[in-house]
Amino acid sequence: MLMLVTYDVSTSSPGGSRRLRRVARACLDFGQRVQNSVFECEVDPAQWVALRARLIAEIDEKEDSLRFYRLGAEGKRRIEHIGAKPVLDLDGPLLF
Amino acid sequence: MRRLLNTIYVTSEDAWLRKDGENLVVEADGKERGRAPLHALEGVVCFNRTGASPALMAACAEKAITLSFLTPEGRFQARVEGAQTGNVLLRRAQYRMADDPSRSVPIVRGIVTAKAANQRTVLLRALRDHGEKLETPQRKAFEDAEARLGRIARRTAEAETIDVIRGFEGEAANVYFGVFDAMLHAAPRELRFGGRSRRPPLDRVNALLSFLYAMLGHDCRSALEGVGLDPQVGFLHTDRPGRASLALDLMEELRPVLADRLALTMINRGQIKARDFVVDAGGAISLTEDGRKLVLIAWQERKKRELRHPFLGESAAMGLVAHLQARLLSRHLRGDLDGYPPFIWR
Repeated sequence: MLMLVTYDVSTSSPGGSRRLRRVARACLDFGQRVQNSVFECEVDPAQWVALRARLIAEIDEKEDSLRFYRLGAEGKRRIEHIGAKPVLDLDGPLLF
Repeated sequence: MRRLLNTIYVTSEDAWLRKDGENLVVEADGKERGRAPLHALEGVVCFNRTGASPALMAACAEKAITLSFLTPEGRFQARVEGAQTGNVLLRRAQYRMADDPSRSVPIVRGIVTAKAANQRTVLLRALRDHGEKLETPQRKAFEDAEARLGRIARRTAEAETIDVIRGFEGEAANVYFGVFDAMLHAAPRELRFGGRSRRPPLDRVNALLSFLYAMLGHDCRSALEGVGLDPQVGFLHTDRPGRASLALDLMEELRPVLADRLALTMINRGQIKARDFVVDAGGAISLTEDGRKLVLIAWQERKKRELRHPFLGESAAMGLVAHLQARLLSRHLRGDLDGYPPFIWR
């Protein structure tokens, strides 16, 4: 299933930039950065449980926020991209 | 149903692969070319002189991602393997069966029967789609070949020894490749088929076939390792150091469906042209870098196509057929299935 993960981590509070880095790291391990704090993650339900738990453990719930959008199995069809920052289709042919 | 995971092909010169978190990163000339999370991958295939960091190799071994290094022509060179995994009882069952002709002959029989039947299906499809373009003598040769392949498949199904079955396999190959050129109905003069040649391939069609077989071999090997079988101990192909005999066995029934059909389509549609190949001084022919890219893209696209599995009755991506067959084989080895149901394409 395709999950969209977005976050807002406050860097003004102590440890903020550390949390920001670690949240980004967790998202990157499971998915692809599509905009600064927006990630698309193609995960199976078990991987999702792990990613979700890891993200929740990283943030400070008084300062930061996480939003998860469940795009489902056919998630790709619900996405339209315009403009810069092209993304890689991880299901398409991968040739480098 | 298992999800079809992706395979990364690295074709750029002097690329370097490394691990970053849980991502695989491809670098060339010091710049990042691409990255992908490891959990979305099933295999990494490197051509040219690609290097990989030990951390990445370890991660691939641990996550059962097949990491192989091939020559630009697609010939296998090396692969990274982790600790021996899988079910030792299953592997023991495999060895016992390979040593016992009374139990391995039925498997070999199934594989070769399916191969001949699938070759016949390739001919039938070509005849159905383009038969009217053939001239009468050619059409006659075609229909003869089709009938002979049908007979070979039926006689193989009753053969008693491996040597007899191997004989039928050779006969089927002769008949099939004898009319292969006639299926290239839209090919220019340079893209004709002059009989099967390999090591080295002596015409462009052979170069394309050899390359596709190498890709299929990689996938078959991953599939077998994925279910915990030993890819080196085969039934039809005898053991030889370094040879993945069981992967070659598994390939046989899939070659016509996955590789030959794709080669025919690419040539007949003009997706691949004579300029996508290079001829070296000795007459050996291989794909150019651009040609290789075209083939790999077409190969990946083809693997995503859905078909209905004849034995399981489920629809599955073509790229998963090798996995399904490997799983059926292991069910037979464990005794859960009375026989190995080979893949017969409809």
